[in-house]
Formats: sequence, C-alpha cells, structure tokens
Amino acid sequence: MTTQTVQAKVLEPLIYELSAPGRKVDTLLPKLDVPESEPLPADLLRGSLELPEVSELDVVRHFVRLSQLNYAIDKGFYPLGSCTMKYNPKIDEDTARLAGFANLHPLQDPDTAQGALALMYQLQEWLCEISGMKGCSLQPAAGAQGELAGILMIRAYHQERGDTKRTKILVPDSAHGTNPASSAMAGYTVVTLPSDERGDVDLNALRAVADETVAGMMITVPSTLGVFDENIEEIIKIVHGCGGLMYMDGANMNAMLGVIKPGALGFDVMHYNLHKTFSTPHGGGGPGSGPVTVSERLLPYLPGPIVAIVEQASEPDGAPRYGFVMPEKSIGRLKAFHGNFGMHVRAYTYIALHGAEGLNAISRHAVLNANYVRVRLADAYKVPYNRMCGHEFVAEGRFADVPDVHALDISKRLMDYGIHPPTNYFPLIVHEALLIEPTESESKETLDRFIAAMHAIAQEARETPELLRSAPHTMPISRVDEVYAAKHVIVCCRLPEAE
Amino acid sequence: MAYIPHTDADRAAMLAAIGITSLDELFDAIPDHYRFPPLNLPEPLSEMEALWELQALASHNAVTPEYALFLGAGAYNHYTPSVINHILMRGEFYTAYTPYQPEMSQGTLQATFEWQSMIAKLVGMDAANASHYDGATSFAEAVTVALTHHRNKRNKVILSPNIHPQYRAVARTYHQGNGTRFVGDKSGRATLDDLLDLLDENTAMFAVQYPNFFGQIEDLRGLAEKVHASGALLCVVTNPIALGLLKPPGELGADIVVGEGQSLGIPLSFGGPYLGFFAVRNELVRKIAGRIVGETIDSDGRRAYVMTLRPREQDIRREKATSNICTNQGLMALAGCIYLALMGKHGLRRVAEVCYHKAHYAAAQIGALEGYRVEARLPFFNEFVVTCPRPVAQINRYLLEAHQIIGGYDLSRDYPDRENQMLIAVTEMNTRAEIDALARALDAARKA
Repeated sequence: MTTQTVQAKVLEPLIYELSAPGRKVDTLLPKLDVPESEPLPADLLRGSLELPEVSELDVVRHFVRLSQLNYAIDKGFYPLGSCTMKYNPKIDEDTARLAGFANLHPLQDPDTAQGALALMYQLQEWLCEISGMKGCSLQPAAGAQGELAGILMIRAYHQERGDTKRTKILVPDSAHGTNPASSAMAGYTVVTLPSDERGDVDLNALRAVADETVAGMMITVPSTLGVFDENIEEIIKIVHGCGGLMYMDGANMNAMLGVIKPGALGFDVMHYNLHKTFSTPHGGGGPGSGPVTVSERLLPYLPGPIVAIVEQASEPDGAPRYGFVMPEKSIGRLKAFHGNFGMHVRAYTYIALHGAEGLNAISRHAVLNANYVRVRLADAYKVPYNRMCGHEFVAEGRFADVPDVHALDISKRLMDYGIHPPTNYFPLIVHEALLIEPTESESKETLDRFIAAMHAIAQEARETPELLRSAPHTMPISRVDEVYAAKHVIVCCRLPEAE
Repeated sequence: MAYIPHTDADRAAMLAAIGITSLDELFDAIPDHYRFPPLNLPEPLSEMEALWELQALASHNAVTPEYALFLGAGAYNHYTPSVINHILMRGEFYTAYTPYQPEMSQGTLQATFEWQSMIAKLVGMDAANASHYDGATSFAEAVTVALTHHRNKRNKVILSPNIHPQYRAVARTYHQGNGTRFVGDKSGRATLDDLLDLLDENTAMFAVQYPNFFGQIEDLRGLAEKVHASGALLCVVTNPIALGLLKPPGELGADIVVGEGQSLGIPLSFGGPYLGFFAVRNELVRKIAGRIVGETIDSDGRRAYVMTLRPREQDIRREKATSNICTNQGLMALAGCIYLALMGKHGLRRVAEVCYHKAHYAAAQIGALEGYRVEARLPFFNEFVVTCPRPVAQINRYLLEAHQIIGGYDLSRDYPDRENQMLIAVTEMNTRAEIDALARALDAARKA
C-alpha cells in the first residue's frame, strides 16, 4: 500500500494535513495592554512549535465532520452491557456550565464557594441514602479509582488493627477486569473464585479459601452475568466470618435504585459510576466519576478531603457553613482538588429531577427492558443463565450449526442495522459473550427493532455467513485491522518533513 | 420524573412476554426483608425547578469575572475559545462511549490520535496516550511506569519539593500498598543538587516540575545526564501553555512528561473534570497505562484509527495490567485537541507571551510596593511568589471583601515555613486595570 492510495481514500484528513504555513486564527486575543517586559533568556526558549496552522472555519468543519463519523446515544440504540448507555438529559449540560460553577477556582476559600460545597454535601448525603451507607467521598474520578480507594481503605483498616497477614482479595471470575487490577495496585494477591452453573459464586470454593489471610472480597451486584446472586447474604456472612470486608462494585446500580440498599445487605464499601447510573455523559471515554460510600467502620479511612458542615446554621431557616475536612485516618487524596465536580453537578441535577419515585422507576424499567429482550432473543441465541435478570443479560454470539461465525461478526453486522453492538467477549467466562443492556430510556418499539435485527442476523448467519464475516458494510470504514495497529505502533502523526 | 417512554400498554405487553404480571415480580430473587426500601430523597423537580435550584446554588459562589482572579497553583483561568464548547456539545461526541467499536467511532478515535500527536509535539516527546484523570494522577501513573521499567527491582522515587503538593500526595496515595519510597521533599527546601545526592542504584525515578509549583523556571540542563547515569528515569511535570515559549522537556532529556491540560480550553469547574496528559519516549510506549489510539488500515486498505496495545489493559490482563485505569478523560482531550488546533503554532506562543508579559507587569507593580517582596531569583513564567507584610489569609480576606479580588494562593497551607508568602498567577484574562487594582489593594491591605 502506497501513501498515494491512502491519501486518495482518506475520509477526513488529519488536522496537520489541513495546515498551511502562515495561516492562523488572529481573532481570539486582545492586544497586549501592558508594556512588554524583558524577554526570557534565549537559551530557555523553544525553537519550532509543531502545531497546525489552520483557520477557525477549518477547525469547525474538521471537528464537525469527525463528529459525524461517530455513533452516539443521541443517534440511536446503544445496548452496551455494563456501560448503562441511557439518555443523557440536556439540562445537565446546562447546569454544569452555569458560570457560578464553571468559573469557580478549586483553591478559592470555601467561604466563597458555599454553593458548590452545599451541592457536594447534598450529593454525598443522597449517595449514602441510596446505598444505605454512612459516609461518602466524591474524590474518585472514575469507577476504577473508586475501586482503588475502596481496596486501600480495606487495607488501611486491617493495618490499623495490626492484621498484616491478610494478603488476598477474592474476586469472582465474572468480575470486571478493573477489580483484580485495582486489588493488585493496592498490593494484594488476587484469588479468583469460580461461578457455579447458575452463574452465582461457587459457595464451596468460597468456603475453601475464606481464612485469616483474606482481606476482603470484591463482587458486582447484580453480577456481570446480569443475575442477582441468590446467595449474597451467605457470601457476605462467610467473608465477614473470616474477618474480611466486602466491596461492592456499583457498576450495575441501575438495577438497584430503591430496590435494595447494599449497606443494609452488609457491604462495607462500594463505588458508584455517576456516568452510568446517574447519566453523566460518557464523553467518548470519560470523564467519569466514581464516588465511594462506606459503612460505619470504614468512615475514618475515606479518601479526602470530603465536605462537612463546619458550623451549624445560626437560625432555623439559615444555611450551615460547609468546609472541606480530611477524615482522620484517610488513605489520602486520589486526585488534585475535589473530584470531577462538573460530573457532581450533573448527577445532582439528575437525582433532583427524579426523586425517590423516579429513581425506583429507572431500575424497574431497566430490568423490565432487559428481561423483555432476554425472553424475546432466547429462541435465536443461547442465553446461558436464562433466569430473571437484572438490567442486563448475557447471550452467546455463536451458532452450533455455523461454527465460523463469531460474536464479533454478529456485532459488526448489527452496525449495518443502525444499532451499536452489545459488549463483546465480556464476561470472559461465557463463550463468545454478547452482554446486552438496553437501559430504561428505550421504548418497546426500539427494543422490538433490535430484536428483529438480531433475528435477521441469526438467519443471515445460516444463509449468507459471509455477510457477517465481512461486516460492517454501511459504516464510514470497513472492518479495522487491529493487528496491523499493534504491529506498527503509530500513535502520533508523522509530519511531512519528518518522513 | 424519569426519562422513561413506556406506556401502560407497553408495560402490559412486555410483562406478558416475560410471563409475569407486575414489575415487582422482576425482583423476586432479592430477599424480602431488603426489597424496595424507602429512599429519603426530596420530591422530584421539574426541569424548570431543577434549573432554578442549581442557579441558586451557583449564585452562592464568588466567581470571575465579577471577581478578579489571581489564583493558579495548578488550575488556571485561561480564555476558552467559543468553538470548543460548540463542538463539545455535539451529542455525537459527548454521548458516545469509549471507542471499542472502531468502525462506529472514527470521530473520537481520530480526534484522540490528533490530541496524542499535538501534545507529544508540544512537550517534545515521541508518543502520548489518550489521557489520564488529571495532572496529579498522570504523575502517579508515571511512577508506575518507572517501577515497571525497572521490573520492580528499584523502589525509590526522588521528588522535588517544588512539585505541586497535591501531585506528590496523590503519588503517595496510589503507591501506599506497593512499598515505594518517596524521598526528597520532606524539608521543602531541597535544591536540585541536594536531590541529585539522593540518586543511587535503587532509584526508579527522579521528578521535577517545570515551571515549578512556585512558577520558577529551574535550570534543568545537564540534569537528565546525571539522572540517567544512575539508571533512573527523569519525569518532568509541566504546564502546556508555558511550552508555547519554553524549551520542551523532551529536549531537556525527559523520559516521561506529564501535566495538567486544563489550561487548554477547559473551565476551572472547581477542580474537575480536567485532563492529565502523559507522554514518553518510544521505548516506554508499551509500559504506559491508559488508552492509546494507533493508526491502522481497514479491510479495504484505507487509513483508520483504533485503540491499540490493548493487552496492557485491565479488561484483558486483569491483575497483571499496567494499571486499573479504564476510562480516560475523552471529552476533555477533545477540548484540548480543539484548543491546540485553533491556537495553533502562532496562537499558543502568543497566549504564552501575553501571560508572561502580564505576569511580569504585575510582579513589577507589586514589587514596588512597600512591605512586599517578589521572589525573582529565578526566571518565571506566569506565576510568582510574593512575600507579604502580613499573613496571606488576612490579606486575601481584605482583597475579597473590600475589592472583589480573589488573591493568590497561601503557600503556608502546604509549606509551614513559607509564612506570609503568596503565589500569584496572571493570565491573558487579567486586564491591566485588574492588575493595577490588585497592586493598589495590596498596598492598602498592609494597613487595613
């Protein structure tokens, strides 16, 4: 393949390829209104600055065209399991951009930021109430950071008690990859627990490893197989019985709002994904926000600072004074400043709009939608754990009679029907997994269209399997060669003069 | 009350298909006594009422431009060109997920590739990833790369005390469970030479900030050679706007360059979401954490983009992954990408120059005041330290209440021996009138 042929077929040039020497945007900055001072010594200054030279219109067209190459919730159905791709209310974008929030510097005196602190305090309280926990930190920037925080708190708790022989974290084999990775980052050995034939944690395997070397267990509820573990109370009892603490991965809270409180069940710590459950947008891969909530015994270890009332209101209707405090035995701070505040504003707005009844309606309809799709697809696709599911379920993307068609082919073909594929190849314990999460925002008509597309694809797999294997056919590009990228490792564009 | 489209007829048909008669039955697997607990939350608001409530909260914050802002210390009030928000608000970008399906995500992927390209060139390195949560977590991840690079056989990290205190704190939080020893920043006064004395065969990484937390441009020439002689990696924390003018860390021999990209068109937003950038030399690419977008081809041979080097990541490697990071700051990286494209070669240098001149004008005005001293032993970019005649907290209270000015950062909060020292940041957003008003107010604050 020559450069010539690549260039001829380029969809949208790189911004550097639109560049022309001397072209610039000169409308943005005012003239300097102070005298120029002595310049920096020449040996401190850089030579070339390899940034594009383009006009404002070039920039606008370039990024609008790029946006048109994307799929998004605003364009259509996105049943991506474990990701909760629900509608992102537009109002949240407006509230997060209010000048009183957007222009607020994180190091301002808290007395000049009482509106922001009040919001954070209230959000902490709501997240405690929804999870049945006693304390909350909004610090974590994403779910994975919430997990790290949780495991570090568990570690600090045991260390505080001189209980240093606890070196293991138990993780079911159906878990998100972040669970073992977070445990390893905190210095723990990961012990993987098998699932039983119903998709629940194998209790015998759990009992066999539950001893005084266990620091804790991480578990997702409902599980990543989409099922509510029928032995959850027993699991918590066993782990607590050997002195371990229980971490709940809250990625699937969209099935749990007003349905069950993890704190009441006995969990010691959990994280939320505000970008899933409370619909702060995913942004093409972040920013997220992963607050943690904890039971009484982990309160002193919360990452901080957190928001607290530092002075009660002097009058009955007055506002209290809020401030930042560091919990006494805090594991420390997880990022600079106070967490992804812009996401806190969006989540606050979302919860305020829903109230208790609205939040519960979310979970009821998310679970209704998932079960509806499950029963309607079970005739064409194998559903390995075909029982009442939570807000998602897993199907197998393979057909016994067409062995060379894979979950990936089904997924790519689904694009031709104008639908984003489900999550592929996760959970790892299901062959050719398709993890399907419709969310509550989707109508029966949309679900029926998806079901019809999946049935059509199952038929195509038998009649014209090549149509699947060579899919997608209607996207801006055809199937991407991932191996080529890994072999050649071009992660930065080469400038013409550098070639 | 909820964004749910179901009609009664839909619900009835769906329940019938499932073979149950009520929504409650969907949850039969959950133990009775835990099921459907009441949630003590306020009554739901309409969109209109929610907007009012949030407007009321926002109005309780004192913000620029009603207040003149001279705070920096890791978050800066730069101008956000109008284009950025218009593009960010496109649902095609902000309501998309991580681009796991490249055929449906070329927009996000190409923009990320462009971001990686521009930030790598700006800091003078070979490669960059898609981003981390913020500058502080980028720094913590740099430590991980250094430890991994040495196959966990070296566990010492030398930190300049002139690195942002919160970045150092975050690195310690991340690495509290793996036996890493952080040294060098205890007294708060160690010089580069003091820090070099700590280098040994157990040192995995040597880290400095450029310009440093106090705004100063330390002379880093020759540093890389000394650090490399011991086998350690050199990590430089930097400010992307300053690099419109300054020699990039890559030219100074850095192995890893990290920092906060908030200055590139991202609002202050009380500290987040921000944009951690992360750039390395080619040899380290396979060791870095987080998403990386690479160029590839599609089955028709056309150029395309895809997330690459995936086997480093947690969803595949699990407990053997380079990090647990899963999301990046996708939309923030898009903002940074648009900012760098729009400012471009000429504009970024111009922003840096304007910040530089305004900061130096401010320093000259303040340095001329009785009782105030500007610490100008080293050259600085847009931030400088002023020793004040009174505790900074008292001065700042006066500036705020009497002059609607949000003063500089009180350095005694992190460095107890820096009583009365204020870190003042000036950007292109501070007008001459604001700077003059600050100088007058500081003068008055001496006796107020």
